[in-house]
Amino acid sequence: MDPIIQVKHLCKTFQVKGSQVDAAKDISFDIERGDIFGIIGLSGAGKSTLVRCLNLLEMPTSGEVIVDGKSLTELSDAELRFVRRDIGMIFQHFNLLMQKSVLDNVCFPLKIAGVKKQEARERAMELLRTVGLEDKAGAYPAQLSGGQKQRVAIARVLASNPKILLCDEATSALDPQTTKSILGLLRTINETYGITIVVITHEMAVVQEICHHVAVLDEGVLAESGTVQDLFRAPKTEAARRLILTGTEQLSRMRGGTAVRVTFSGQSSFEPMIANLILEYKMPVNILFADTKNINGSAEGEMILQLPDVKDTAERMIQDLRAKRLGVEVLEHYVG
Amino acid sequence: MLDKDMIWMLVEGTRDTLYMTLMATLFGYLFGLPMGITLMVTAKEGIQPTSRVKQKVYAIIYKVLDVIVNIARSIPFLILMILVIPVTKAIVGKSYGSAATIVPLTIAAAPFIARMVESSLQEVDRGVIEAAQSMGAGLWRIIWSVLLVEARTSLLIGVTIALGTILGYSAMAGAVGGGGLGDIAIRYGYYRYQTDVMLVTIVVLVVLVQILQSIGMMLSRKLDRRRA
Repeated sequence: MDPIIQVKHLCKTFQVKGSQVDAAKDISFDIERGDIFGIIGLSGAGKSTLVRCLNLLEMPTSGEVIVDGKSLTELSDAELRFVRRDIGMIFQHFNLLMQKSVLDNVCFPLKIAGVKKQEARERAMELLRTVGLEDKAGAYPAQLSGGQKQRVAIARVLASNPKILLCDEATSALDPQTTKSILGLLRTINETYGITIVVITHEMAVVQEICHHVAVLDEGVLAESGTVQDLFRAPKTEAARRLILTGTEQLSRMRGGTAVRVTFSGQSSFEPMIANLILEYKMPVNILFADTKNINGSAEGEMILQLPDVKDTAERMIQDLRAKRLGVEVLEHYVG
Repeated sequence: MLDKDMIWMLVEGTRDTLYMTLMATLFGYLFGLPMGITLMVTAKEGIQPTSRVKQKVYAIIYKVLDVIVNIARSIPFLILMILVIPVTKAIVGKSYGSAATIVPLTIAAAPFIARMVESSLQEVDRGVIEAAQSMGAGLWRIIWSVLLVEARTSLLIGVTIALGTILGYSAMAGAVGGGGLGDIAIRYGYYRYQTDVMLVTIVVLVVLVQILQSIGMMLSRKLDRRRA
């Protein structure tokens, strides 16, 4: 275990017109070196505040943030600026210098670090090649698409050779296709440079696509954390369940019967489990939703079934499914 | 009426007016720009330092500067001119003529410029400032490479407005022997009832403002990279 980021009892309170808002309440977690770590939550859950505490853009009210062995809150302004060069950040709205060319944008962190102009330009061109935008070096951000702007931002953030990359809703302003390609680029960066990536998002799909570990935030509280697989197969908290089931919200309008969410990995044998259930109990089973997702390269299936409106039968069906080593959760909340 | 002497006088007047306006704008920015930057940075919504002590210092600096600027801005220029005569005498050696007028013009322009600079810099996207901070940029770097660069279009429009306003003030200085076109308009147009001279000075002033305005707008548009 070699955590690069340690968050210890972090609290952040804002004073908004005399009243207190707790954006982070006693949050503790570790992020391993080389990991892609997701922080997921609905809007207003405190994700952005939390990620801003990781490079002290936001000063925690109390608690500690330890990055690479250094406690950030104890550093002087000059030391903090130095440490920040190791912690890159990309944003939802890219935050490029609009009056500067793409090349100058990528050179900017090098200028801050005092790198000579010629050397900076060479490095910037190399990075633009990495993100596939070498032909846009002379263009201005206003002439680029959202995806291209985010690529420039990624090239810019890589310029200072960071150890950590914070992504604050980095794909939330992009279409699904562009999101996929940006996430692909982030994964490549993680693999080739070994940069630890922290992904802030409200979309489960983003977490499933690239994260290894995930923390679920709910109203400023860390609801649960663990591997993405575990969260997907067996969410322990209501907050996590809500995030996983976004996309299937329409089910709440269904009436009658018991709904269950069944998860299975791609490796499990394709036994005709639903057909078997129907044959055995002579009762209908309705498939309300089914999907297969790619989580870190392994196929994870999920299905929401509506079981018969007979309590006893439904109970036994669930036991049967569990006996087949499938993940089963009863969704009282969503049907009824 | 509009004989050779009169035309020569108008040319000289125009030259003096331009001299006063440009010098006062230059000096106005020399003081107003740092003041405007300081106002923007130290404001509550500005670029707050991390330490509590420094935050307190910022708040005090802002309050003091804010009060000074507001007081200076509320003194009418005509009164300010008379009020600062001792200062003018100490700097220039006399209290009349175009060189002397530059002193009260600068004092009047600086706080007004400070406010315009402050509001131009406030237009800079917070996210871009945050991005620079996340890269480890210090305050000076942010001011120099982010604020002034990103706000340059708005700052240039501010310069254009300042030039027009200061030109207007310089004409007012004519009432107390300030020199330039305003001086001519008052001496000939008002005291001697030479309406034609008055009209010519007005035309020249209008043309001057138009030219300054056009150059300023053209430059700011040319330097704006936000259009695709």
